[in-house]
Amino acid sequence: APPKAIPKTIENQRVYDETTVDPNDEEVAFDEATDEFAPYFNRQTVPKILITTSDRPRGRTVRFCEQLSTVIPNSHVYYRRGLALKRIIPQCIARDFTDLMVINEDRNVPNGLVLSHLPDGPTAHFRLSSVRLRKEIKRKGKEPTEHVPEVILNNFTTRLGHSIGRMFASLFPHDPQFTGRQVATFHNQRDYIFFRFHRYIFKSEKKVGIQELGPRFTLKLRSLQRGTFDSKFGEYEWIHKRREMDTSRRKFHL
Amino acid sequence: RTKTQNFCRNEYNLTGLCNRSSCPLANSQYATIREEKGRCYLYMKTIERAPFPRWLWERVLLSKNYEKALEEIDENLIYWPRFIRHKCKQRFTKITQYLIRIRKLTLKRQRKLVPLRRKIERREKRREEKALIAAQLDNAIEKELLERLKQDTYGDIYNFPIHAFDKALEQQDAESESESDAEKEEEDEEDADKREFVEADDSELSDFEDMDKLETSSEEEEEEVEQNVNRSKSKGKTPLKGPARRKRPYIEIEYEEETEPATRTKTA
Repeated sequence: APPKAIPKTIENQRVYDETTVDPNDEEVAFDEATDEFAPYFNRQTVPKILITTSDRPRGRTVRFCEQLSTVIPNSHVYYRRGLALKRIIPQCIARDFTDLMVINEDRNVPNGLVLSHLPDGPTAHFRLSSVRLRKEIKRKGKEPTEHVPEVILNNFTTRLGHSIGRMFASLFPHDPQFTGRQVATFHNQRDYIFFRFHRYIFKSEKKVGIQELGPRFTLKLRSLQRGTFDSKFGEYEWIHKRREMDTSRRKFHL
Repeated sequence: RTKTQNFCRNEYNLTGLCNRSSCPLANSQYATIREEKGRCYLYMKTIERAPFPRWLWERVLLSKNYEKALEEIDENLIYWPRFIRHKCKQRFTKITQYLIRIRKLTLKRQRKLVPLRRKIERREKRREEKALIAAQLDNAIEKELLERLKQDTYGDIYNFPIHAFDKALEQQDAESESESDAEKEEEDEEDADKREFVEADDSELSDFEDMDKLETSSEEEEEEVEQNVNRSKSKGKTPLKGPARRKRPYIEIEYEEETEPATRTKTA
């Protein structure tokens, strides 16, 4: 009998992306040492995050914001009563915020996320889907504590994915408190980033149990801008162009 | 259509309702206010120009100043019926108010509506679901955490003594081997155990107390480890298998009792 063939999956058949990061790539390492996240990775800045919504947030979005702020340490939720983004950005910089997250909502459901690194950092615009609030997740855990969670970033292979991954990493303080036993995971699979927040416990040397607490959501990158948020004059590093990029089922960009 | 009145579709209508008094077709002397590109005009229609449809409506530009425009309306519609004059002024007021609102809103941030495409939305949703299934998040997270444990990122918080570690490894290997056999075999063994135990009970009643002593000394560790491992398994796997798994310890303990004397006799 012929030997059992390896099943073809989309991950196996993935079109080779030329911007895949090699772990030993010097150019990439040099870039990362000099780009906007350098101060964070050199532990000069402590992340401080402002979470806000679009106008008139509805109940679900408000609750989602609150849960997000419990998950991400050192984050504050401020409501927006008609304030223009262009004006709050200088204010945020003045007050020492490092990141700004705007959750856009549509018909009582959050569906967009704009994440911008503040002192003139890149801005990423995501489509937010499949948001589960804490009470909708089937588990019996308590709420996340104030400990700094660990961060797991899975599968961010290309250059673009790398920069997005670093953006996520810069949201969390650099030194996780292992006593908290909490972990936040950003898992990239076929251009969808799944966020989960778990509490883990090591039962033995080879077994770990995880319990899901905290909200979960999925993100899909729509665009990445060089500077801070500016819809008209911003310099786009990457936009998702549907016609060009969605042609092949096996080609992914993140 | 309201309950009592229809709406008039004629663009030169003053009030918007279809009445005898406010129809531009029915009345040969009529006036309206219309606005184009932010400027308001007063349109008038008189009997003298009735046979000339081209010059029927006369247009007068009103000034941007609100009061001056009202005066202009008055002086143009002098000697006209009160109803038309009044309605013209009302309409003019309304129009200027909404023009002001438009100008104010354009200064503020506008909400851009981007239409979703249903096909694309459905496609994205389906792809997301498939990606989720392919991702196997729980496994990935567990693997990553174990990796980090191995690479000692956690330092010395988690102390797993090597003795227990090795034992756990052996347990795991033993169990994985026994599990890899078909479950039917295990079931047979369990049934056989039951039978054996019953027979043994009958014959070895006198030695039961000794058996207990033997149990307490050497079997505690194994029992506990077994139970812990089983409990951890039951937690990790679906709750359905929970009760089924829990039955195991009871039966396995009996199994252990059986082998204990066997091994002892062999070693002895």
